[in-house]
Amino acid sequence: MADTILRVNGIHKSFDGTGVLRGVSLEIREGEVVVIVGPSGCGKSTLLRCINGLETIDKGEIYLRDEKISGRTKDLHLVRQKIGMVFQSYDLFPHMKVMDNLLLGPTKALGKQKQEMEREALSMLERVGLKEKAHVFPRTLSGGQKQRVALVRAMLMHPEILLLDEITAALDPEMVSEVLNVVIDLARGGMTMAIVTHEMRFAEAVADRVLFLEEGVVLEEGTPEKFFHAPTTERARRFLQSFTYASKRDKAEVQPKNNLED
Amino acid sequence: MQDLGISILFKGINFQRLMGGLWVTLRLALITIGLSCLFGLLFGVLMLSKKRVAKVFCRVWLEIVRFMPQLVLLYLVYFGFARLFGWDLDGETSAVMVFTFWGTAEMGDLIRGALTSIPLHQTESAAALGLKKGQVYLYVLIPQTLRRYVLIPQTLRRLLPQAINLSTRIIKTTALVKMINVTEVLKVGQQIIGQFYRQPDAAFWVYFVIFLLYFLVCWPFSLLAKQLEKRWA
Repeated sequence: MADTILRVNGIHKSFDGTGVLRGVSLEIREGEVVVIVGPSGCGKSTLLRCINGLETIDKGEIYLRDEKISGRTKDLHLVRQKIGMVFQSYDLFPHMKVMDNLLLGPTKALGKQKQEMEREALSMLERVGLKEKAHVFPRTLSGGQKQRVALVRAMLMHPEILLLDEITAALDPEMVSEVLNVVIDLARGGMTMAIVTHEMRFAEAVADRVLFLEEGVVLEEGTPEKFFHAPTTERARRFLQSFTYASKRDKAEVQPKNNLED
Repeated sequence: MQDLGISILFKGINFQRLMGGLWVTLRLALITIGLSCLFGLLFGVLMLSKKRVAKVFCRVWLEIVRFMPQLVLLYLVYFGFARLFGWDLDGETSAVMVFTFWGTAEMGDLIRGALTSIPLHQTESAAALGLKKGQVYLYVLIPQTLRRYVLIPQTLRRLLPQAINLSTRIIKTTALVKMINVTEVLKVGQQIIGQFYRQPDAAFWVYFVIFLLYFLVCWPFSLLAKQLEKRWA
């Protein structure tokens, strides 16, 4: 069995007295893709933010491999170097060209050679179909292109695990699949990931395991086949129902068409 | 025929002396503005620190600047420090110290405003890359702040006039240094008036010319501000 990369142990987090995470545990093994779904405000994003220390947890522990990374105040940047994260909003640095965005982490945080990294960055850009955009400013890119660059930027740090926080939520629908296909490509390459998303078909396609979170508690955990087709809790059933529409013609319920190509 | 008072300015090397004085004024102001920008940048970053020590430090600095007349600070440094620490500071150095102390606080406040206007997720995504706090500022936040000064219209509209306004205030305030024996343009003017004490309208003409000189120096700054606003608005 593959090594455990991330172990989240009964973590609690509250904002202004409201419990957002109430005893969440989670284990992710090397090469595994865990998708976290749940209604808005269930604590999905907070969970990811706690993992790389953007939020401090109130109770519980988080381990990266065997190293305890929760409760640290010193050298948090060393932990974050091993945890890649891509956010919902386009967080490329607007004053830097794409290539400089990509090289900032590896050269300044990891102290790697610029030339060597440039080669790697170019080949990664090529892999996501953006090689010709290496020397433009982010403002000239579409939302989907920006998110692909953001994925490359995170990957160039060679993280142990990649956290994706609703990375297509701010995109126009026609750009969703170009980003998610990159994620699926990374998953096939064996990247360990924790993904928060509202794209259910994508979730089903990419996940090894699905976590259903509601009101800060893991209500259900299982394979995508089981979760999407035979959820055990009423809450999960209702949640999945909310992604379906009634048809005008035959009154049967239909799945909404998603842009995902494969 | 009685000479017009203004003619005394063109007697001997009086005009050159006045220009020399103006240069002292400008040099003082430019050094002060330059240092204020530099330290103001650091001060602005420090003002955002969550550390208690830093907060108290900035607070005390700002309060001193707010409540102390510049002249008192000038005397304190020029006369006081010489006695207390045995420093032999000349007037110009004292003036640069005092005015920079003031300019740093004001510029720092402007920079702080610009820094806080950069969206939080910029800081977060830089931190998520594993950069140290200082690196986040150095590579991500400060460059964006500086660009905001020049490139982004809305922030520029607010910031640049303020920064230029501060610069003209610094130029004007340098007149105080004549009180600590720096021979800047006002002091030179007074010396010239002293020389021509028999000429009753000398004072009017000399001060009028100095008024014009200050105007000529500060006016381009406000023109520049307007021009920049127009171009980037």
